Order: sequence, then C-alpha cells, then structure tokens
Amino acid sequence: MIDELSRRRFLSQAGIGVSAAWVSAHWPAMVAAATHAHQAVQSGTAYKFEFFTPAEATEIDALSARIIPTDDTPGAREAGVLYFIDRALVTFASDDQQKYRDGLPELQSQVREKFPGVEKFSAATVEQQDELLHAMEPQDEKAPPRRRVNSVQTFLEALRVQTISGFLIDPEAGLGNRGGVGWKLIGREPEHSFQPPFGYYDKDYPGWQPAQKMADKK
Amino acid sequence: MKVGQPKYKTSEEVDFVIIGSGAAGGILAKELSTNGFRVVVLEQGPYLTEADYTHNEIKVLGEDLLTNHPKLQPTTFRKTPQDKAKEQRAVVYGRSVGGTSVHFTANFWRFHEIDFIERSKVGAIPGANLVDWPIRYADLEPYYTKVEWEIGVSGLAGASPFDPPRSKPYPMPPLPVKSSGVIFERAARQLGWNPFPAPMAILSQPRAGRSACMNCGFCLSFGCEVGAKSSSLVAAIRVAEGTGRCEIRPDSYVHRIETDARGRAIGAAYFDKDKNTHLQKAKAVIVCANGAETPRLLLMSANAQFPNGLANSSGVVGKNLMLNSAAISMGVFEHPLNDYKGFAVSRILHDFYELDAQKVGFYGGGGLDGRFDATPIGFALNGLPPDTPKWGSAFKKTLSENFTRTMEVFSHGTSLPREENSFSLDPELKDAWGLPALRLTYKDHPDDLKLAKWLNDRSLELLDAAGARKKWSYPITEQEFAVHLLGTCRMGNDPKTSVINSDHRTHDVKNLFLCDGSSLVTSGRGQPTMTIEALAFRAADRITALAKSGEISA
Repeated sequence: MIDELSRRRFLSQAGIGVSAAWVSAHWPAMVAAATHAHQAVQSGTAYKFEFFTPAEATEIDALSARIIPTDDTPGAREAGVLYFIDRALVTFASDDQQKYRDGLPELQSQVREKFPGVEKFSAATVEQQDELLHAMEPQDEKAPPRRRVNSVQTFLEALRVQTISGFLIDPEAGLGNRGGVGWKLIGREPEHSFQPPFGYYDKDYPGWQPAQKMADKK
Repeated sequence: MKVGQPKYKTSEEVDFVIIGSGAAGGILAKELSTNGFRVVVLEQGPYLTEADYTHNEIKVLGEDLLTNHPKLQPTTFRKTPQDKAKEQRAVVYGRSVGGTSVHFTANFWRFHEIDFIERSKVGAIPGANLVDWPIRYADLEPYYTKVEWEIGVSGLAGASPFDPPRSKPYPMPPLPVKSSGVIFERAARQLGWNPFPAPMAILSQPRAGRSACMNCGFCLSFGCEVGAKSSSLVAAIRVAEGTGRCEIRPDSYVHRIETDARGRAIGAAYFDKDKNTHLQKAKAVIVCANGAETPRLLLMSANAQFPNGLANSSGVVGKNLMLNSAAISMGVFEHPLNDYKGFAVSRILHDFYELDAQKVGFYGGGGLDGRFDATPIGFALNGLPPDTPKWGSAFKKTLSENFTRTMEVFSHGTSLPREENSFSLDPELKDAWGLPALRLTYKDHPDDLKLAKWLNDRSLELLDAAGARKKWSYPITEQEFAVHLLGTCRMGNDPKTSVINSDHRTHDVKNLFLCDGSSLVTSGRGQPTMTIEALAFRAADRITALAKSGEISA
C-alpha cells in the first residue's frame, strides 16, 4: 500500500501532465487489486482451491518449488504461485486443464518407477525431485519465439511457464507475485513511473554532444 | 472519451467510410472530418482507452487484449506457393481502436531519399520485384513534418549525418537517455560510427493535453495509460471526434465492400458484436485495415464484375509482401542498467542505411538500435542466455542478476519484394465468423538473410566494444511470423503492376482508396509506421482535393 500511495502522490504532484482524472479513474481498481492479491494468505483460513484437490495442490506446490526454489531468497512458494496456477486453470489458462489432468498422474507413475517405495513427487527428497525433472527435460528444445507468452505442449512446460508467470506478474494484477517478491528478486522496483537517471551507465552522462565536438576536445 | 460523436444511420450515405482505426485510418479520420466531411470509422476491435490498458502481461501478451486473436482468427503459413499451408500463428496486429499504434515501440524513422528510388539506383535484383515509388522523398517531406508536429515525435534534428533534408526541427527534445543508450553511443563512437538520439513517437514534454512519458517500463506490446505514446487513438481519433462529424464504430468487422452495377463502391458490409450484418453506405470507401487485412478484404469482396477480387485487375493484391529483416543480439553488463525503466529505445545509428552491394556482396541496408523492451515474465521466458538452465537455483540466480543488466542491440533492415510472398485467402480454414482465414506465404530473399547476418555482426562488434561480459544472438532464420505488413497493395503508375495510384485511389474502382502498410513500394529500413502516417496525411490532402472538385462522385 505504501507503494501505491507514493505512486499516487507522484502522479498527482510530479507536474508531468498526468491528469487527475486518470488517477481517480484507476484508484479504486488499484486498491481492489492489491487487496485481492493478499486475501488468500491473510484470511488465515484454509484456501479453497478452484481446480486442484488438496492432494494435487501439494504436488503442484512441490513441483513449482523446484522450478523457482526457496533458497536465500523467496521462491515460488512465497510468491503464492500455487494459488496463481489454481486460479489460472479455471480462468485464462483453462485450455491447459487437460495437461494437468493427464500430466500429474503420469509424473507420479514415473516417480514410483524411478524410486520404488516413493509414492508421490512431494514425498521424494529434493535431490530425487531434481533428478526426475532433469530426466524429463526435452532433449531437442528449439529456441522459443520471442515476446509472446508461448503456447506450450507438455505438462511440465506449462507448469514452468505458469510458475514463472505467477512469480513475476505485476503484483497489482492481484494474481500472483505476492508481496512483490518476484520483482524484488530480479531488481524490478515496484513503481510504475521513474525519472532518470535510470541505471549505472546513464548517471554521469554529460548530455548529448555531436561527434565533431567530441573529436575537437581530444 | 468518445465525446461529441454523431451516430450515423447505416442507410445514410456518409462522405467516407474508413475501415480500420490504426496509424493510417486514425489520421485520415482526423483530416477528413476536420476538412468538413462526414466520416464513419469501422474498427473490428473494441474501443479500449487508457483506463482499460494494464501492465498485466498475461492479459496483454497471453490473452491478446490489444491484438488479433489466434483462436477467433486462425491463420496458416507456407513457405512457397507450391506448399500446402499449415495452421499456425502467422501474424500479429493491433485490434482495438488505434490499431497497432497503441502497442508499438514507437521508433519513428523517416524513410530516406534512397528508399523511393532504389530500383533506379541499384538496378534489377534477381528473384526480386524491386521498383521505384511513383512519388519521391520530397513529395512526402512536408507530411513527415506534419506527423512530427501533429502526432507528436521527440527527437533531435541534425544529430545524424545521414538524415534526409527536413523543413522543420522536431517539436520536442529527445526522450532521456537510458543506460542502454549510453553504452550504445560510447561503443558506436569508439568504432567510428555515428549514433544519435532516437526519434520516438512518445512525448518528452506534455503536449496537446497529453502527458509526457513517465517511464513506466511497459511500453512495447502495451497501451500507454497516460497518453504519452502517440497512438492514433490519442493523437488523431480524439481530434476527429472533436469535430462532431466523425463516428468511431468499434466491434465492427468488415467482411465485404459492396459495389453497384457501375463498378463503384457503395459501402462496407460488416458484422457487429452480435454477428448481425449491416451495410454502411458511403460516397467513398477508404481501406486502412493493414497490410494483411486490406488485401484479404479486397479478395473477399470478389463478385461477378470483379472475379479476382476488388481492385485486383493487376493480380498483385496481396503480393510483394515485405516483413523487414531483423536480428537481435543481447549483452549482459557488470552494473545494473535498469533498462526496464522507460520506453524501449534511446539511441540508434544509420551508418549502414545504404550498403555498397559491390563491397558486401548483397543488396540492402539498415539501422541499429540499443534497447531493452522485455517485461519481467517475457524476459524470464525468453531473455536469458541460451546456456542458462530452465529451472532451479541456477536459473533463479541468472534471472536475478540479468534482468537489470541486460540490453539488446536490435538491427532492422530492408526486405526485397518478391511476388510469391503474399497474404491470400486460405482455401480451407475459416475464422469464427465463417470467413476465409489469412494465409501467409513467405520465404526471405537470400539477400535479406545475408543482410540480417551482416547487421547482426555489427551488433556483436558493438557489444564487444562496449565491454559486455556476455553476449549472444537469437538465431537468424527464415521468417514465418509477420509483424510489419508491407507492400501488398503497392502504389504505382501502371495499373498492370500496381493496385493504387499516387493518390491512393485504386486503379480499378474510382471511389475506393487504400492507405496503410499495404501501400508501400519498398520496405524502408525497418520502421514503417512514420511513413504510413506521412502517407495518410498526404492521402487526406489528395482525397480532399478530389472530393472538393467533384472527382470522386463523378
């Protein structure tokens, strides 16, 4: 909320011509989105999944935690990726439902085959989990097309794309990236307006000079 | 907004119906309504405004909030006319009021003199259908200036030694330099090249009631929430609406231009939101539907009198498609650039605009820009070095280091027109309205691929000179996906080899005009929108003169 307040203050006061109408038009939506994003954890009661059974949710949680693990910084778990994916599968990613319905049992049978006695992915050790995922990686992966959120073929690839999406989506969308932990990890500041200097290399820029003048100085 | 709009009845014969509200359609609507004409603009997409735009990558990139929808509007692709086309996503374009100008990068390069007379200068090129324009740079210069001042372009006149002549400076100073721009500028100068501030259709200062850019970092692919990006929505359509003579009718998908017994266009037939059909009558029809949809509409409008499609006696409707060659190299640097802040591009160079074919061994030319245009999810999926693991702690570590430290050097260049490269109607696949799907046929001319590789080698040289600690390139392959949609209803003096004359009037139908990327005769060096908009301003002058002299209705 502090980010939102400072953003609003910036928009109203920065004098760069942003209309007050724009701010007031967006303000209720901004608040609603930010509130929604935090409800799942803050309610304190058990989250009611829309797509997964509780048992499936445990497996997806374990899988996404290997894609973006929690180490010395927050990972998929802390970003609430599981809840993002659950919601995605009943809304914008409903086309992927079958991949999950087919892919998860298939994965579990591979777990049992590879590690007899281990009943499911979430029961395996982290080392076993990583070994399994490595074994299932596609061998002849083509470079993905740029810029689009790609259409994906397999369960694990869908899970990877959705885990990354849930980790890095604009927190204001109210879907994932809880607490902005994904953006914090990659160094993306939470604001949506910035002023120069932006980075290390432009902070001492002396201003544009024609090449001839530069040459004269030498 | 949507204020002050008249509501015309479909049975009322307005002066002009304009099909498409993008870069060209928006400007024609503004100019013609300002000149006193009654105008209806039919836009297939919804009327979205600043309040509807979002930084939600899933909605914008995953669900195509602002672009054509692959499920409703499937497309097919084949490499040559001998192949059978396969269903695949083959084209992306803007599909909301404002068209592609809502979400584009906003690189606004003028064409240079050479782009209009290249055939005369370089001669015939085997395997290409290169011809001169019927107009010259000097004919378009006043209209480039008009775009800069009326639509809003930031830049610095005289900063590039390769710039063509201009009658006026830019109306606004360049946007602030980004770290990618500083790195690009220093390295390019070290190599003896001439980098300069990028001309961008984004406001560096408040102007005409619109905000200056606030550097939000969601620019390419996204709509601008503060109206700083000079889309035709904020820069032209709102002016058109203000005249009280222009109606913007969204969710109106035109599928046919109707003609009468005399072979004149009488109006545009379209589906409304509920798939009911209507015919908007008009004295003249102007198609600005883009280089894919304009030829498609002409081909779908075939009738007994025009069996090969409307305005297609030449047989070249849909042909000579040019996509522009392109290549991207990425560099990772020691310190954070934070290049996610702001618009995409702040420095470019045009030293290679006109390469000497004798020296390099192929035809072509282009420009380089230093940029960062990835948003967080897109970057994590597609922006990391190819040797990065796809998941796990190592993936996470590289992602956390690289997002703020990466920049791109993007090279843009010519495409040669080839008659076989085209948009046509797929004979089998239909869209959600039961209309024939777009079929893309495309195989780059070998020179285009050589050019892309040559320019990309310069990009890598630049990243080396800049001291990038890691660099790599996306593979340069034959294109199968169309973004720049150019040349498919080319302008020319000869009705046998071109579709429109230099007034944008079709050779075959007196009151039918076409203006968009399809009008282009050559591809330029990769940034076509500035030229599309200059052509639209010029077309508006020509069409106004014809209408006032009674030439159109005669």
